[in-house]
Amino acid sequence: MSEMTLPFAPAEHVGASSYLDEGHTVLSWLLTTDHKRIAILYALSITIFFFIGGVAIGLVRLELISPTGWFMTSDEYNRAFTIHGIIMVWFFLVPSIPATMGNFILPLMIGAPDVAFPRLNLLSWYLYVIGAGFTVYVLLTGGVDTGWTFYPPFSSNYSNSSVVAAAAGVFVVGFSSIATGVNFLATTHLLRAPGMTWFRLPLFAWSMYVVSLVMVLATPVLAMSLLLISAERLFGLPIFDARVGGDPVLFQHIFWFYSHPAVYIMILPAMGVVSEVLPCFARRRVFGYAFMVYALLMIGIVGFMVWGHHMFVAGQSPFANLVFSFLSFIVAVPSAIKVFNWTATLYRGQIGFEAPMLYALGFIGLFTIGGLTGLFLASVPIDIATTDSYFVVAHFHTIMVGGTVSAFMAGIHYWWPKVTGRMYHEFAAQFAAITMFLGFNLTFIPQFIMGWLGMPRRYHMYPDVFQIWHVLSSGGAAVLAVAYLLPLGYLTWSLIGGDRAGDNPWQATGLEWQTSSPPPKQNFLHPPRVTSAPYQYHELGRAREEGEPTSVSGQGGTS
Amino acid sequence: MTDLSDALQEPWSDLRLQREAVGLGMWFFLASEVLFFAALFCSYAVYRSFNAEAFRIAAAHTKLIYGSINTALLLTSSLTMTIALRAATARLQRMTLFFLGLTVLLGLAFLVTKGLEYYGDIEEHLIPGSTFPLKPAATEIFWALYWVMTGIHAIHLTAGIGVVIVVMLLFGREIVPVQGSTMEGVAIYWHFVDTVWIFLYPLIYLGGRT
Repeated sequence: MSEMTLPFAPAEHVGASSYLDEGHTVLSWLLTTDHKRIAILYALSITIFFFIGGVAIGLVRLELISPTGWFMTSDEYNRAFTIHGIIMVWFFLVPSIPATMGNFILPLMIGAPDVAFPRLNLLSWYLYVIGAGFTVYVLLTGGVDTGWTFYPPFSSNYSNSSVVAAAAGVFVVGFSSIATGVNFLATTHLLRAPGMTWFRLPLFAWSMYVVSLVMVLATPVLAMSLLLISAERLFGLPIFDARVGGDPVLFQHIFWFYSHPAVYIMILPAMGVVSEVLPCFARRRVFGYAFMVYALLMIGIVGFMVWGHHMFVAGQSPFANLVFSFLSFIVAVPSAIKVFNWTATLYRGQIGFEAPMLYALGFIGLFTIGGLTGLFLASVPIDIATTDSYFVVAHFHTIMVGGTVSAFMAGIHYWWPKVTGRMYHEFAAQFAAITMFLGFNLTFIPQFIMGWLGMPRRYHMYPDVFQIWHVLSSGGAAVLAVAYLLPLGYLTWSLIGGDRAGDNPWQATGLEWQTSSPPPKQNFLHPPRVTSAPYQYHELGRAREEGEPTSVSGQGGTS
Repeated sequence: MTDLSDALQEPWSDLRLQREAVGLGMWFFLASEVLFFAALFCSYAVYRSFNAEAFRIAAAHTKLIYGSINTALLLTSSLTMTIALRAATARLQRMTLFFLGLTVLLGLAFLVTKGLEYYGDIEEHLIPGSTFPLKPAATEIFWALYWVMTGIHAIHLTAGIGVVIVVMLLFGREIVPVQGSTMEGVAIYWHFVDTVWIFLYPLIYLGGRT
């Protein structure tokens, strides 16, 4: 431990000057350049969009209870699942962990007073809001019906919905991710505290670094693909128009050059969160730290070379299919390294089942299922059989919802005391975590099964034989909805009635736990120095056994 | 260092590091911009390989003279930008402002020339659509890419001119000292926009004229 060499003022004295007390007006929030406040602005915005996207899919699942539909027209149905996809991908999942926890925790974790470009950070939130404004406009004008993938020629020539406005929203929000990415990269390079070498960075910081690289390099390609279909739609420039020799598949290539790495934009931060939570609640050093770092980097890099597996049935050459299939299998190697290392971290640990840990354990299980079904889909013959089926839907939801949302919840609970200075209700949180895990499996295991049996995705009506699976899945979605609403209740309650959290309620290592909760505006009253590698839980571990937290030298006012 | 203290911004503790950060941040942003244009260049390459003959025919109708004038203007603007950066590093405020002003003028001259060229293109109906004069059909793809590529480049250049004007105001009113980190970021961006044009010029104007 002993990452700090300077003693800290006791929490009571610094508590009066936390970042939350730096101004109480609305303007003091809207014009803030404090990374911690921007993180909270982001958290509120993405929560709103998470629930809008959730309502959209709630309606879809309700509609799918009946094989012939019962309250939507097919057109409304198309618009509902499209808006669900667009909102969940770009307005929730992509910014979810980086823009909230990354923003709040990354500078604290590396011992920095703020991110490298605080005003750019605020600008990135405003870009998000402008993009969100376009999306709300799309909602109010009746939605968009192309699916979140915007494939031409439907999106460019035939759709009668607000395609350009939807594309504009995604375009703008893309630049918000680029701004965040640039900021995090410069922050990690130049603002690490003395002694915080690259291989002493906690894995969450590493995951933020790698995800920033992917954001910066992939997002502009998405922006261009959307710009080209908008140009075709608005000005009639026939870039993907097959009638004059254009190639709609070229759009798919450009689109997936972003959107496959985007999957890693969504999952890498989740891996980072879980790598923080597991060692803390197992009281063990992360197993194979260096390989965890290499695995993150390898996933980030190889993730750029696998986009073609989305086009196995789109007329790609068999040779290209073979190469993309092979490279997709390669991604499984670093992913498996991570799963095995997390598991090995638990081995002989003193595991506690607090809510963050339950979410993190749920993540490992679901990520494994999502990853293994990904191997099915990486194999060309199986993918040809299951393309555009519910099997694919279930696969990527297991990674993105089962994986990323679980990790998002783990992170929210883990850092909640640091962010707010309050403890949430532990039993309520454990109950929500378990409900979420069960609800998730009830929703998506039936989708795996019906997809395998041949139920295509995005279909409004279906043969009666699939009804049982759809009903089960919709029931699971209802459970899941409850599990997502619960935290809204007990976390809000904790702001008013929660117990005061100490500076370090989990007895966790890491610089973010060495300042007060909530932290002061400048993060650290004394510049921290780092003298050891992260996750030194071995010496802390026994403290839990004795039932009494020992104050480790340099840990400041924990009690 | 006292006269530089107002050049220092949160969260930096010394100007050297701040300047390094602005440079680094700008390079990361430009990496992003490179990928943005790469999608466009990639589309161009794919379509040219599919429709080599159509691209040759279509590219022969671009206006070489305007393109060449613009290449000269933009390369010269990079020279004046470099001089401005050197002057700023040496804390020569008036010289910095003079060369920044010259850079803005060259940039505006580029846009005017480009406008004249667009006017000529529109006169000849070189906009994909029902009145498009060229055959075969794939020539429309070249011209669609022409409008997108030059248009996006012009937007980048316009943004660059706007930023340089703002920076000149900040320098002129001494809100930001010239030797701070701002100048370097602006210069790197300007050179990038210039570099994109160096690739656009042969693809658009020279391709049909072998």
